[in-house]
Amino acid sequence: MSTPTLTPENVLPAPVKRRIGPLEGVGHGLTLAKRNLRYVLRTPTTLIDTVIQPVLFLVVFVFLLGGAISGSWQGYLQTLVPGLMVQITMYASIGTGMALNTDISKGIFDRFRSLPIARSAPLIGAVLGDVVRYAVALSVLLVLAFALGFRIQTDPLSTLFACVLVIVFGLTLCWFSVLIGMMVANPQAVPGVAMAVILPLTFGSNIFADPETMPRWLEIWAGINPVSHFVDTVRGLMIGGPVAGPLAWSLVAVAVCHAVLLPLALRAYLRRVR
Amino acid sequence: MDTCIRASGLVKRFGRTTALDGVDLEVPTGSIQGVLGPNGAGKTTMVRILATLARPDEGSVHVAGYDALRDPVAVRGLVGLTGQYASVDDELTGRENLELIGQLLGMPGRGWKARARELVERFDLSEAGDRPVKTYSGGMRRRIDLAASLVGRPQVLYLDEPTTGLDPRSRGDLWQIVRNLAEEGTTVLLTTQYLEEADELADRIAVIDHGRTVAEGTPSELKRRTGSQTLHVRPVDPTDIDRVMGFVTDLLGTSPVLASDGVSISVPTDEPILLSSLVRRLDQQAITTDELALRLPSLDDVFFSLTGRALPGDTDEEVSA
Repeated sequence: MSTPTLTPENVLPAPVKRRIGPLEGVGHGLTLAKRNLRYVLRTPTTLIDTVIQPVLFLVVFVFLLGGAISGSWQGYLQTLVPGLMVQITMYASIGTGMALNTDISKGIFDRFRSLPIARSAPLIGAVLGDVVRYAVALSVLLVLAFALGFRIQTDPLSTLFACVLVIVFGLTLCWFSVLIGMMVANPQAVPGVAMAVILPLTFGSNIFADPETMPRWLEIWAGINPVSHFVDTVRGLMIGGPVAGPLAWSLVAVAVCHAVLLPLALRAYLRRVR
Repeated sequence: MDTCIRASGLVKRFGRTTALDGVDLEVPTGSIQGVLGPNGAGKTTMVRILATLARPDEGSVHVAGYDALRDPVAVRGLVGLTGQYASVDDELTGRENLELIGQLLGMPGRGWKARARELVERFDLSEAGDRPVKTYSGGMRRRIDLAASLVGRPQVLYLDEPTTGLDPRSRGDLWQIVRNLAEEGTTVLLTTQYLEEADELADRIAVIDHGRTVAEGTPSELKRRTGSQTLHVRPVDPTDIDRVMGFVTDLLGTSPVLASDGVSISVPTDEPILLSSLVRRLDQQAITTDELALRLPSLDDVFFSLTGRALPGDTDEEVSA
């Protein structure tokens, strides 16, 4: 079989592969993650979600509500920023499900599936690409927060650890987002469903206000809400306070969520790409 | 000759509808196989199964010696697929799309870069190569999509209705590309609703309808299957048409059909001397004709005689060959 006009000698394809190793699969995932990032840069709406949202939340809550909630916006800024880091990441995770759903409802997914690459590669690509998106959103938030006067009261290493934790938390939510993305018919439906879950988790927590000021039932919920424990951890790591207790709680919550959501998301994904 | 694609007894159900109802297919290596059928006949389902994108409920598929159900990765490495809808990323440029696939295929070194450049040039996309695909015209999208399925130099190429919705010129361009690929040794399986397309390109044609193969053979074998030839007559002076119809009815005992253009007639016949008798008659009456011929039936006629239905959507959409 010869393809004269198509086949320079030095780029002959490798012999037929029958299995795809895990390492190769991760490689495919990385290639697709790069593609997804390029996509974020090219489509203004996803970029706006990632960059503008942190800015808006910070500005609205600090200047509009900070004085009312906490007496002065400067004081509020200190407690709000660690909480916003968690909240921003939760919002950003919605994009994962939307992106995957968009790909699947377009022809590009058939292309990926027709190639000899790992079945999971598009999923890995979407998730890895989003880790970068979370990091960008966090950076935007922190840079602005510093400009407004936010100060770390611990040390850089703890702060870095806090950021890593938040990204790990984002990954947990990623699976939730993937699960929704696989269940709804079109990408536009993802945010609606995701918000129904994310809103009670973010506002029913200690991110924006002290739960002691809330009605009893909401205070109980905010106490149970893993997001509150997560925020406590991040606050402890960045502005001081107890860390060990909330950290243990948070890690258990992340582990449980992973154990439940990851298999569900994978199953839903594999059913869609089968 | 080697068999490249062998499918037998393919059955695929979606809920209560049976998309494929026991399809068999054998495609020799290096040939162009046409799969002809109307919308909903099961063509796309069949291609998806052959490309490992779907699993059949029953039956087996072998591609280039590999079992597509047991060894899908091997088959994916040998096959290129161009679906009905462009399977490329709208936001990326044409070149980036090709490079992405080359990278995913693990082309060594910067091989994917060279390969993308080569395909962009070959498919006449040099100017558009660095623009996002969403700015492309229909014909350009098909070309970049086809290029995308060729990045890995597949031995087997599936084209699912590659020219549906294309203007005649783009269609002709695509036909030429397919012919070149086959000449270079690629085995091509092409589904189409266009009889002309199957006739023009395919070495062999399988006609499928309602998930079953209703006929299989070379284009001329299929045409011969209707068992008769067709007489076509078009008088120079359109007002002569009624008299011509009268003569033919006299000679054959059946009345011919007036063609949709209103100035020519056609009638199926097995009568070998009809032509000469008619020529004499027309001569006597001093009627001259623009067209007077016995022809093998068109694939339209074949499809009609095999299924009892005309192929839909083929009358107003003339294909220029």
